[in-house]
Amino acid sequence: MVGLQKYKADYQQLIAELPGQSLNWLQQLRADAYAAFSETGFPSLREEEWRYTNVSAIEKKLFSPLVSADNSTLDAAWLDTYALKDAIRIVIVNGRFCKEHSSLEGLPAAVTVSSMADALEQKPQLVEQYLAQAVGHDKHSFVAFNTAWFSDGLLVHVPAQLVLEQPIQLLHVVTQADYLATSRNIVVVEEMAQAEVIETFVGESNAYLTASVTEVFVEENAELILYKMQSESDKAYHFGGTYVKQARHSRFKHHNFAFGSLLARNDVHTDLDVASECDLNGLYLGIKRQHIDNHTRINHLQPHAISRELYKGVLNQRARGVFQGLVFVAEDAQKTDSTMNNRNLLLSADAEADAKPQLEIYADDVKCAHGVTVGQLEDKSIFYLKSRGLDEETARNVLTFAFANEMVEKVALKDLHAMVLDQLLQRFPQEHVDKEWL
Amino acid sequence: MLNIENLHVNVGDKIILKGLNLQIKPGEVHAIMGPNGAGKSTLSHVLSGKAGYTITQGKVTYAGQDLLDMDPELRAREGVFLAFQYPVEIPGVSNIYLLKAALNAIRKHQGLDEVDAMDFLTLVKDKIKLLQMDEKFLYRAVNDGFSGGEKKRNEILQAAILEPKLCILDETDSGLDIDALKVVANGINSLRTEERSFLMITHYQRMLDYIKPDFVHVLADGKIVKSGGPELALELEAKGYQWVEEKVA
Repeated sequence: MVGLQKYKADYQQLIAELPGQSLNWLQQLRADAYAAFSETGFPSLREEEWRYTNVSAIEKKLFSPLVSADNSTLDAAWLDTYALKDAIRIVIVNGRFCKEHSSLEGLPAAVTVSSMADALEQKPQLVEQYLAQAVGHDKHSFVAFNTAWFSDGLLVHVPAQLVLEQPIQLLHVVTQADYLATSRNIVVVEEMAQAEVIETFVGESNAYLTASVTEVFVEENAELILYKMQSESDKAYHFGGTYVKQARHSRFKHHNFAFGSLLARNDVHTDLDVASECDLNGLYLGIKRQHIDNHTRINHLQPHAISRELYKGVLNQRARGVFQGLVFVAEDAQKTDSTMNNRNLLLSADAEADAKPQLEIYADDVKCAHGVTVGQLEDKSIFYLKSRGLDEETARNVLTFAFANEMVEKVALKDLHAMVLDQLLQRFPQEHVDKEWL
Repeated sequence: MLNIENLHVNVGDKIILKGLNLQIKPGEVHAIMGPNGAGKSTLSHVLSGKAGYTITQGKVTYAGQDLLDMDPELRAREGVFLAFQYPVEIPGVSNIYLLKAALNAIRKHQGLDEVDAMDFLTLVKDKIKLLQMDEKFLYRAVNDGFSGGEKKRNEILQAAILEPKLCILDETDSGLDIDALKVVANGINSLRTEERSFLMITHYQRMLDYIKPDFVHVLADGKIVKSGGPELALELEAKGYQWVEEKVA
């Protein structure tokens, strides 16, 4: 049995075990998504949105959710290095909620943080209200795949007017080789509420496939800061999507760090209502033969919304980075204020960056700017550092580090900042870097 | 300290410096003034080792060594400091990080140990008061989003910490309002010692109201066409550069 057939055959064995089987609406949703996926299969290079990223390897490798998902091998000390100390923490191991490593201490009673499987049993109406509302399975076949296959996931619900002091960490872990981990997550921040949520994806040193979709709802005048740190194993495949619905006057900040995996594709889409604001930040670091594809879409659907976007890539050796960003401005979205920037630093002759920013504007009174750079370090910056006594190699290292660190600096959470900085330094080691002086 | 003999410099096919001579002894302050396009910035760039300039004739010795043969970082470690006309912004690296890296590079060259963290902080906090800068500047990215005046102060702060032997100030007064100019000038004056020399490159006389030079030179058409004491600057201010250019012609 090959490729798609194997995934489909697995699905027939898997389906009875998937959460929420007693819910008719969910059964229907999964059935529709499965039908849509069956028809198209995984995306191909022929599709414009996938032209830079070949996913055929995941059909050849045959990842399966039926591999025994035994958590007893989980290295607790290793996992602990990815746990944020002061955060409420929910851990998903091999696609399923792991109570043992989770910590809900300090969570206000009014806030819901639970596994998707539990939520489907205990609060099915709440899940129904949001699931598949920020993204339909027609978006692309990975969303359809995720909708049909998801084995668990997380639900975060912050009720109106509540300002959550503690950040919430959603820690996704894969420990099994050849494993297929599909999670579906929902984050809801109701009117006037505020929250910070961190999605972390890590794995032990195996080949596996993560397919994760997160739907986000930022209601009227609410604020969400969402971080994503993707530090999967260097043999892993990661397909992630963050789909956001922003109500009037809402504020959404996203910090997207793509560090790990052999091949990663991440989509961030947001729909902006009247006078809402989004700020999308991204940093992708590619070394060896890594392939990291970033896809963003900002939909200005109503007037007076503001969007800011900056994605930076550092690519070394034979790594390849992709940025496809679209800003869409609907006819009604007058007074839109938008900037989109993508900057790439190529450190070797074999590294590659593909940048494709796009504006699609149907309103006539808007301010939209976009810019792209692909290049090397600037001579004048190198000279400036040399004129202060630094040798050429150190100057280049410092500037490379600085280029990436500009995005790390934006992380306000202290523990997370330290963790992201460690990840950066692991990939681009700096001799004699004394972190306390950074 | 510094001896420039018959220096000829090209940028591409264009001849910029055409036989420049200048001698600076330890502790002296020299001002080079001149109209736009005379070659002032070329001189500061050539002395600091910036790429893109061809030396066709002449030589420059610094403390007995052939300066033009040294890499920029070696010049810096040997005590040559250029305060940039347009300091470069480096988002992502804090001021204090660069200061420490630079000081340690110089100390290593001198055969000294890396600076102790506490001593370094004490030193930096002491010097930052001199420039009337807030300590917050230390933790901001190098020149990133700094105003023109803040950038110039930051250059002098670097000089105050790195303690060069020869300080080249390239249009340090440009873009400064009068209050910022006074602060920067005070900072520079506090760096004056009997051993440390200064080469001030400026278009206007006003900085010389605050930093008294020992010698003033007029650079026009790639050469020093007139030298004198501080009074020459005043004469220039009154009569304009045309006066010198006409005399030369």
